[in-house]
Amino acid sequence: MKETIIEKVKDLFEDSRIEAFLGLKEENGQIGPYLFTDPKDLEGFSLGDKEWPGDKRYPLSKILIALAQKYPENRFGILVRGCDERALNELFKWNQLNEEHVVMVGFPCPQELAEACECPKPYPESLVVGEKVKGIKSKKVEVILNMGMEGRLKYWTERFSRCIKCYGCRNVCPVCFCNECELANDDLIPSGEIPPENPIFHLVRAAHMAGRCIDCGLCEEACPVGIPLRTLYKKVADIVDSEFGYRPGYQKDQKSPFNILGERPED
Amino acid sequence: MQLKHVLTICPYCGCGCGIYLEVLDGEIIRTIPSKTSPVNQGRLCIKGWSAHEFVVSPKRLKRPYLRKQEKLHEASWDEVLDFTASRLREIREKHGPDSIAFLASAKCTNEENYLLQKLARAAIGTNNIDHCARL
Ligand code: SF4
Ligand code: SF4
Ligand code: SF4
Repeated sequence: MKETIIEKVKDLFEDSRIEAFLGLKEENGQIGPYLFTDPKDLEGFSLGDKEWPGDKRYPLSKILIALAQKYPENRFGILVRGCDERALNELFKWNQLNEEHVVMVGFPCPQELAEACECPKPYPESLVVGEKVKGIKSKKVEVILNMGMEGRLKYWTERFSRCIKCYGCRNVCPVCFCNECELANDDLIPSGEIPPENPIFHLVRAAHMAGRCIDCGLCEEACPVGIPLRTLYKKVADIVDSEFGYRPGYQKDQKSPFNILGERPED
Repeated sequence: MQLKHVLTICPYCGCGCGIYLEVLDGEIIRTIPSKTSPVNQGRLCIKGWSAHEFVVSPKRLKRPYLRKQEKLHEASWDEVLDFTASRLREIREKHGPDSIAFLASAKCTNEENYLLQKLARAAIGTNNIDHCARL
């Protein structure tokens, strides 16, 4: 699979369709983000798998925003899984990236990763290699719903109380791009308190992920205290879907219901 | 156009979390936790996440200064070291070695911390040595 992707990237460079390719590289056993500017560099190219599939994923789409802001005229290739493509689709809609300047090179996740992620679409549309594997419906949300109101409150209050307010969930999130973050708003969440106000901090983030979270799970992986953030935002996504018929990242042409300015209300 | 992810160690505490510094055309713009580091496995505390910020802080001291009458004055290394040594000697002679205390830092290397305690114990003659994590 990797060889085919490398060939594809080489072709993109040769046909001058991109000036640089954002992917992952393994150097001295360490896998990290890497901007390839020369096809000769592609040795060590990595898909982000080390001990198990997808265990070394990084928020490449987020990194691309900073790059494209500085180089708006350049065209970039980028390595994508299903979730990376969903993130990019949202970032195009929110005008954080220009679709015409981004070339996605997609590959599917294996079934075991799809199951671990409970991912409804473990492959991107921009697939250049491999087979689409079956999407998985989440069971974790169900398990928590079955705890009943009191059980759920206890479950979440206990987990939120472990938060060390590192902002890792926000920092790593591909669709967190606000210039001013409400999680750092002193009037809403007083600073200097750990854990941050429970449950306001987490509900603010959850509410802001409505219509945005593309369910990549990077937040949960970055959380040092193991709060099941992904499950929380999966439920948020279910609510938005049932109320507005919208799932972030899936439809290219459909705008987020939170991205539409309605009519000016009558005075 | 040059974007580099430079693998390094968080400079804040003794844990030694692995981080990538994201460097765009020579400017450090972000810290990203390393997922391959066995220490932190893709996680960081709030200090680690902002490990790149002090590098470009306008408040950062980049050369030696002497504080005279509450004001910082630029000075050479020789000047500041001579001044420090003579004041330490004066204080020690007048008030004894235990009138002086040393504060080391988890941001320094083991070797630097070793040297500071050596200076405290062997040169000044006090056990008054502690570090920033206990402040
Ligand atoms: S969320 Fe889906 S696309 Fe992303 S890593 Fe998991 S299985 Fe793959
Ligand atoms: S799963 Fe987490 S990191 Fe990924 S988009 Fe949703 S909130 Fe952001
Ligand atoms: S990553 Fe976890 S500990 Fe850090 S702010 Fe988010 S929820 Fe809190």
